[in-house]
Amino acid sequence: MFNADGIFQRVCMVTAMLAGVLMLVFFIQLGISSQAVWREFGLGFIFSTDWNPVTNSYGALPAVVGTLITTFIALLLALPLSFFAALYLVDAKPCVGEVLGHGIDLLAAIPSVIYGMWGLFVLAPLMQKYVQPFLAETLCLKSIAWFGDEYNGFGLMTAGLILAVMILPYICAIMRDVFKMTPAMLKESAYGVGCTKWETVKDIVLRYGIRGILGGVFIGLGRALGETMAVLFVIGNLMTMPKSLFSGATTIASTLANNFAEADGMQKSALFALGLILLVMSFGIQAIAQYYLHVTGKRRGEK
Amino acid sequence: MKKRGIFLRKAKDGLIRIFSAMTILLAIGVMVWILYTVICKGAAIMSFGFLTHASKPFGIAAGGVANAILGSLLITLGAAIIAIPPAVCAGIYLAEFSTYPKLSGVLRFCANVMMGIPSVLVGLFVYMLMVATMGHFSGLSASVALAIIMFPVIMRTTEDMLLMIPYTLRESALALGMTKTRTTLAVVCRSAKNGLLTGILLALSRVSGETAPLLFTALFSDSWPTGYFSEPTANLPVLITEYATNSPFESMQRAGWGAALVVTILVLCSNLGVRIFFREKKSGQ
Repeated sequence: MFNADGIFQRVCMVTAMLAGVLMLVFFIQLGISSQAVWREFGLGFIFSTDWNPVTNSYGALPAVVGTLITTFIALLLALPLSFFAALYLVDAKPCVGEVLGHGIDLLAAIPSVIYGMWGLFVLAPLMQKYVQPFLAETLCLKSIAWFGDEYNGFGLMTAGLILAVMILPYICAIMRDVFKMTPAMLKESAYGVGCTKWETVKDIVLRYGIRGILGGVFIGLGRALGETMAVLFVIGNLMTMPKSLFSGATTIASTLANNFAEADGMQKSALFALGLILLVMSFGIQAIAQYYLHVTGKRRGEK
Repeated sequence: MKKRGIFLRKAKDGLIRIFSAMTILLAIGVMVWILYTVICKGAAIMSFGFLTHASKPFGIAAGGVANAILGSLLITLGAAIIAIPPAVCAGIYLAEFSTYPKLSGVLRFCANVMMGIPSVLVGLFVYMLMVATMGHFSGLSASVALAIIMFPVIMRTTEDMLLMIPYTLRESALALGMTKTRTTLAVVCRSAKNGLLTGILLALSRVSGETAPLLFTALFSDSWPTGYFSEPTANLPVLITEYATNSPFESMQRAGWGAALVVTILVLCSNLGVRIFFREKKSGQ
C-alpha cells in the first residue's frame, strides 16, 4: 500500500542528513581543490612567508598570522566589554534591559559590509589622525617595535577594533543567557550571607556558568576568524609579514575575497589551501564551543 | 578569609555597576554612530531617480541602484525557496522522528558547527560546485550559497520551536487515530507556526546582507537582473564593495553610501518588524 507516513519520515531523515553530508563535502571539496599546492609545497606551505604570483611560490604564514593577531585584538577588547554589558542586561530593570537587549541584537543584524564601509571612511581616518599618534607619541609606545610604523589608519589594529565591535553582540547574547541560567536559589543564598552584587557574580554566577561563557567566547572567536568584508576594507591587504600593529597585513578570509577573481592555476589552488586552513581552524573552534555549551546545557537539565 | 571593610566592598560594587552601565552605553553608542553615519551620508544622495534607475558603468555619474535592489531581492527569494523546505523537514526529523539518538546528536552537532563556518568558505564551495562546473557566474549560484548558510539556522530553530510544543498535544492527536505525519504537520507545526515564521524570517533577513559569498557567485553587473540563471547578477552588497573600494570617483562613493543606507534599512526594518509583529501577536493570544 502507498505509505505516505513512511515516505514523509524518510524524506525528513534524508534532509536532516544533508547537514552532515554538507559538512563532509566542504572538507572533501576544499581538499581536492587545493591538492596541487600540498603536492608542490607540502606542509611547508603553512610556514612559508613567500607569496609571489610571478615566481609561482606561495606560503600561508602572513595570512595566518594576520588572522590570529586581528582575532586576538578583537577578543581582548570585546571580551571584558561584553562580560560587563551582559552583567548589566541581566540585572537591569525589565523595560531598560529589554530595549538595550534589542539594541544589542540589532548591532548583530547590521550587515558586515556596512561595518566595513564605516571602518574605511570613518574609523580609519580617525585612527590615522588621533589614535595612532596618541598611542605612539603621547604614550611613548613608539620604542616598542609593535607600534612603530607610519600612521596610515589601516592595518591590524583598525581591523581588530572593527571585529571587536562586530563580535561583541554575539558574545554578549550568549553570556546573558548563561547568566540567566544560574539558579535563583544560589544567588539568593549569596545575597543572604551578605555578598554584594559583584561578589555574587564573581563567586557564584561566574563559577556556575564558566563553561557556557567559554562556549560564548569560542563562538565569538569563530566569528572573528572568518569575518571577511569588515576586515577586507581596512586591513590594507598586503601579503607580507606584519611588522607592527599599524602596518598593513591580510587575513585568510580577506585574501580569499581579494585575490580570487584574478587568480588561476597554482594561485587558485593556494587560495583553496588557505580556505582549507581556515575551515579546519573554525571547525576546531566551533567543536570546542559546542562542547562547552553542551556541558552547561546538560548541567541545567540535571537540576 | 581576608576581612575587608563594608565601605570598600560597597564602593567596589558601585564602581563595577557604573562600569557595566558604561560598557552597554558604549556598545549602543557605536551602533548609533554607525547608523547615524550611514543615514547622513546615504540620505544626501537618496532620490526617486536613485531608487528607480539601473546602475551605470564606472565613471558615469547619475546612476541608480534599482537593478541591484531587484537582484538582491531575487537572490534572497531564490535562497528562501531552496533552503526553507528541506531545512524545515530536517528540523522536523530532529524534533519528531529521530529514532537514533546518536545520529541526531551528530546531525545537531554538524548543524551547529555549520552555523559558525565563515561565509566566505561557503562562497568558495559554491564557486567550485556551480560556477566552475557550469562555466558562468549566476544569481542562482548566489541563491544556493545563501541557502547553505541559512539551512542549519532554520533547521535548529525549527527543532527548538517544535520541542516547545507540549507532548500531550501530540498524544491527543495520535489517540484520535491520526498518522504521525498528519499529527506533525496539522497539529504540531501549526501550533508552532509563529515561532517557525520568526526563525525563518530572521534567518532570511540576516542572510540578505551577506556579501562574501556573493563575490564568488553572483559577482556584479550593471544590467537589470534578467539573466538570473546564467549571468552575473546585480546585487546591493557587492555594489557597495565595488563602489567603496575600487572607485576613485567621489560620486560613486556617495552612491555606495546610498546603497548602504538601502541595505541597512531593508535588513534592520525586516529584523525589527519580525520581532515586533510576532511578539505582539504572541502576547495578544
